[in-house]
Amino acid sequence: MVQYRPARLDASFAALSDATRRGVLEQLGRENASITALAERFRMTLTGMKKHVGVLEQAGLVTTQKVGRVRTCRLGPRRLEDETAWIERYRRLWDARFDELEQVVDKLKRKEKGNGDQDRK
Amino acid sequence: METRTASEPTPMKNRTTSERKSPRELVVSRTINGPTRIVFEAWTKPELFKQWWVPKSFGLTLLSCDMDVRPGGKYKLVFKHGASEPMAFYGRYTEVTPPARLVWTNEEGGEDGSVTTVTFKEEGGKTLVVLTELYPSKEALDAAIASGSTSGDMNETFEQLDALVVTLK
Repeated sequence: MVQYRPARLDASFAALSDATRRGVLEQLGRENASITALAERFRMTLTGMKKHVGVLEQAGLVTTQKVGRVRTCRLGPRRLEDETAWIERYRRLWDARFDELEQVVDKLKRKEKGNGDQDRK
Repeated sequence: METRTASEPTPMKNRTTSERKSPRELVVSRTINGPTRIVFEAWTKPELFKQWWVPKSFGLTLLSCDMDVRPGGKYKLVFKHGASEPMAFYGRYTEVTPPARLVWTNEEGGEDGSVTTVTFKEEGGKTLVVLTELYPSKEALDAAIASGSTSGDMNETFEQLDALVVTLK
């Protein structure tokens, strides 16, 4: 059962799977920057940084605009998401995780109880 | 053998809360039906931890899970989604106080990574779990939220995956 758009999903996951690209997003969270400035900051070639920015752009996380000879990068349209909604999703994820934790704890409790019963025999 | 007696109430689902407690902090909390001793065990033994940290609904595979749970000890979790390249999350435990408190760093994001603190407090045989993600700056948390956010035209599963990236840390 696949209801999401696999292409976008994979694009986003791939974009965030790289430490440099996560660093670029954090950097752009502070201020917009040119590709040249990003390349310098992350100590890589212009070509390398262009590739990273391209991946982020495809995932909708970053937009770029060329003015004269400078291409400026900023966080993409998806930044406009309401923080409250995001925190609610964060809560739901933890809720699912805690549900699973609860099951593991329950199993351990039963196991302990079972051992205790055996010991008393 | 398990028999449920009439006096044993049907377990009710506990509520999970989340909030941005300060410009640099995200906090989630939940009461777990079990003593702190057991909850702490489930959180610190890899073979148990693996059973719950990645719920099936996340659609991810946990490829490996290495945890050296002691002060200064390292951990590394590697996940895979579909055909994308594996994603590693790692850091080290800076505080391990059984069964009350765990602190670890999240180093995969470089210097802007958060520090996660989990406290376990026993209340009548149950455990109140409070997890705090402290970011080095407001900007770092803003960016984490921004990178995990989506516009309205994408459906929930996609959105959840984005938020997940932060929770996996």
